[in-house]
Amino acid sequence: MFPASFDYHSASSVAEAIEMLQKLPDAQLVAGGHSLIPAMKLRAAQPANVVDIARIPGLDGIERDGDDLVIGALATHAAVADSAAVQGACPGLAEAAAAIGDIQVRNRGTIGGSLAHADPGADYPATMLAFGAEITAVGPGGERTVAAADFFVDLFQTVLDEADVITSVRIPAAAGTAYLKHPHPASSYAVVGAAARIAVSGGEVTACALGIGGVAGKAVLADAAASALIGGAASDERIAAASARIGEALDEPLGDLYASGAFRVHLAGVYGKRALQIAATRAAG
Amino acid sequence: MNHSVQITVNGESSQHDVEPRMLLCHLLRDSMGLTGTNIGCDTSQCGSCTVMLDGKAVKSCTVLAVQADGCEVTTIEGLAGGDGLHPMQQAFWDNHGLQCGFCTPGMIITAVEILNRKPDASEGEIRHGLEGNICRCTGYENIVKSVVAAGSRASD
Repeated sequence: MFPASFDYHSASSVAEAIEMLQKLPDAQLVAGGHSLIPAMKLRAAQPANVVDIARIPGLDGIERDGDDLVIGALATHAAVADSAAVQGACPGLAEAAAAIGDIQVRNRGTIGGSLAHADPGADYPATMLAFGAEITAVGPGGERTVAAADFFVDLFQTVLDEADVITSVRIPAAAGTAYLKHPHPASSYAVVGAAARIAVSGGEVTACALGIGGVAGKAVLADAAASALIGGAASDERIAAASARIGEALDEPLGDLYASGAFRVHLAGVYGKRALQIAATRAAG
Repeated sequence: MNHSVQITVNGESSQHDVEPRMLLCHLLRDSMGLTGTNIGCDTSQCGSCTVMLDGKAVKSCTVLAVQADGCEVTTIEGLAGGDGLHPMQQAFWDNHGLQCGFCTPGMIITAVEILNRKPDASEGEIRHGLEGNICRCTGYENIVKSVVAAGSRASD
């Protein structure tokens, strides 16, 4: 299958990419291309111009900056999954990266591309919400940083403007993180993905967040469940009780032939509970 | 507008004038005659088009040929790097890791990637690593057996 005809432009800097996005009509960014190219082959996307940012130097770094991880937009899923810095600082993020697609997909797909695409079945968005990530983008008006909670708008929609380019993602280091998913057996997109973050001090849960992807048009935070766990021990009983409230955040579930909305909400409860248990064990460790 | 692409495939450098919408798998198959790289699903699911791009396994149906400008590609034809078979090809031969053979080039390239990443990969890791490659003949048993045989665990 061939995409519809388009003109191709390779940008050598972020500034040049922004200029191209402003100047060229109907332009789309491509990096790893594992969201855009399949859509173009199916003619679901037919941009007149494609601006390739994959060759811009310095955008694929993964480093520890104090208490945070800073990951460049062009870091591939394989690089994030394999990174000792990520595995050490935020094991749940490494798990999410390793759960994306398959090794060939992870060798091409990038974190910036995944976030900009905002697929409801993507793995990263739930982790970004739960782990308190901040996404930095540069546009014609300069650089801005957006909290993940404000970044995702709806199905395939983010707050990014037409000529914005994501440059990096900042994620606070947190040992008590975990990501679990129920993959679609054919596509391996998340039917449900659960990202949990727990901090424990003196035997009590002092902070907790749970992001759920795959169920609704965008990933959501299960705030009622997370709040219910704070202020007591991270025991199996308390995690089970908190998990019973995950569905409160999922009032508009999507459904398809493989998994109805009700089944997805049920799975969110199951996977959310398991992710919380793993995160609690890691937080205590 | 067409673009000039310089690409090194199986150790030989060549120049091609390509439309931006040309996919890497079509450049390999149609322009270069390297039909060992098969196109199965054409939707980045089945893995039969897998090639090495700068040493990493990728699905060539989901890479634009222009994106491979200046890159090195290894296809099944060049994997052995000379006469005879690559050890992974030999392992597939020895263990009857194929029936119709359509998925085999992609399977072998991905299998090489799995062992490049972890030479002592376990059977479970090999099965997991092959998740992006679909075979509709064999039920995977002999494919996994082949990759296990090619890995360093086989000699334990």
